[in-house]
Amino acid sequence: MKLSDIQSKVESTFFKEHQKALYQSLEDKHTTIEAMDDGDPLTAKMILNMGPQHPATHGVLRLVLQLDGETIEKVKLDIGYLHRGVEKIAENKTYQEFMPYTDRMDYLSPYSNNVALCTAVEKIASVEVPERAHYIRMIGCELARISSHLLWLGTMVMDAGAISFFIWTFKEREKIYDIMDQIAGHRFTVSHARVGGVANDLTDDATAIIKEFTANFPKELKDYHKLLDRNRLFFDRNEAVGVLKTEDALGIGATGPVLRACGYAYDIRKFSPYARYNEVDFEVPTRLEGDNLARYFVRMEEMSESIRIIQQCLDKMPKGPVRTDNAKQAYPSKDEVYYSMEGMIHDFMMTDTGICPPEGAEAYHAVESPKGELGYFIQSDGTGHPWRLKVNAPSFANLQVLENILDGEMVADTVVIIGGVDPVMGEADK
Amino acid sequence: MSLELSEPLQKVVDSLSEKFSDQLIEVYQSSGDTFVRIESSALIEVCTFLKNECGFIYLSDIIGTDRYTSDERFEVIYNLLSFKEQARIFLKVWCDEENPELESVTKIWPGANWNEREVFDMYGVRFKNHPDFRRIFLPEDFDYFPLRKEFPLLGIPGSIELPNTTPDTD
Repeated sequence: MKLSDIQSKVESTFFKEHQKALYQSLEDKHTTIEAMDDGDPLTAKMILNMGPQHPATHGVLRLVLQLDGETIEKVKLDIGYLHRGVEKIAENKTYQEFMPYTDRMDYLSPYSNNVALCTAVEKIASVEVPERAHYIRMIGCELARISSHLLWLGTMVMDAGAISFFIWTFKEREKIYDIMDQIAGHRFTVSHARVGGVANDLTDDATAIIKEFTANFPKELKDYHKLLDRNRLFFDRNEAVGVLKTEDALGIGATGPVLRACGYAYDIRKFSPYARYNEVDFEVPTRLEGDNLARYFVRMEEMSESIRIIQQCLDKMPKGPVRTDNAKQAYPSKDEVYYSMEGMIHDFMMTDTGICPPEGAEAYHAVESPKGELGYFIQSDGTGHPWRLKVNAPSFANLQVLENILDGEMVADTVVIIGGVDPVMGEADK
Repeated sequence: MSLELSEPLQKVVDSLSEKFSDQLIEVYQSSGDTFVRIESSALIEVCTFLKNECGFIYLSDIIGTDRYTSDERFEVIYNLLSFKEQARIFLKVWCDEENPELESVTKIWPGANWNEREVFDMYGVRFKNHPDFRRIFLPEDFDYFPLRKEFPLLGIPGSIELPNTTPDTD
């Protein structure tokens, strides 16, 4: 089918140039293009638009698939439906003011995003973080990882056809929301990390329910394993589906569990340890197959490693302050603000100007978010606002992988493969 | 200024300055990260060398920035990783405001595809020999490059046609 034919049949009503370029790009994807024929839909070729409002695309992802019967010949992704321009917003905010926006990027694990931004700012402005704050951040990040993986597990198994399983994982996610409520005062968009530490210390109640969760969650995990590990239906849907070959994985820039399922043990927590990850003992699970099933096993093992990390953090966590005591670098504690004049002035100054890294400084700092390497690149011009702030979003990298692994698969597997790659559009679209 | 480079990075910088002595402009460190700036004409040779000889097989990100200067306004930064040496290096090139154009590195790292499109979308830096050169986040109908410093935070009214949200009454 020629481009002009597609254009006349589709008749886009708005964004005309954009639609035209997208269909052109689909036509150009591989060198050979055969003419499309009419007739029996099982053998005919057709172009299928999926999304951006499709429930299985995990947000607002749009796929344009060219089908030959039930096989996907080639596919193009169209992203940007959730583009809010956070990088532009960041250039007009102080570093601390920008942090709540990071909650809304990867909204399935807000805690990791907060920590990623704060560690990058601390790196560029040379801020020391107290020991206790590091451990609180690690606990928060690992809980966020479990929460994110639970959502992936529920939706992925639902995409594969088992609806009730979704309720099981959400029962556990609900407990993590309650923990986040105790830690930060918010259930969903936590905004708990601060430049120079965290907002507040863990209360006794919070510590108690984290301990309870880490004691009970492995049992639940075992139940999930029991249901899925030898499940014939689950295997048939996932084994050898959406295979990313080991030799291609690095080239097309896969990251996180998608890369680890191809055999590369690339984990920022081991590669360049931040916080206190060099003091806790954990494994980086990897698989060699690179298919959807391998991604399932990698993420399941990551959850149990996370529980190990949280338990070690609770044991090792020292007593002490949770935010650096330097009025030029971090917000003063609320006690100081309410009961001393200097505290009030410092609080006002931090809100007004914020922390000012040296002029011309540049820094990149990455953390291992549940989706992969999440990095913040900051260029400073010496003021309280970043000159340039770039988010290196793992979902963006993994979506590019998706465009490459869908070719040649069956159209019914599309939703399972999207589920296995686990993109979050808030993060990919910035 | 003396640099405190780790051993593998020192080796990389040494071999770069030996092989590309004319094209290497500066090497500096900031907040513990290492930045290497080269002439944009030598981009492909340096990238090929870094990938094949120095083990930087993974391209993590491509960052565009607007320096807002009269000459060589745009900066493109390649964030490269070597798993063997556990090292990260940032390769920089500058390009002009008039016709910002660079060679695409998609032949070396296929994953650069979307990242280069993002830089183009935000700053208007064009990449030659790119396999699928389009905007990525914003629609093709949009005429501006929003992360350039002169683009207003509130956007430009009427710059994009939006679907009609009021129901037809007649």
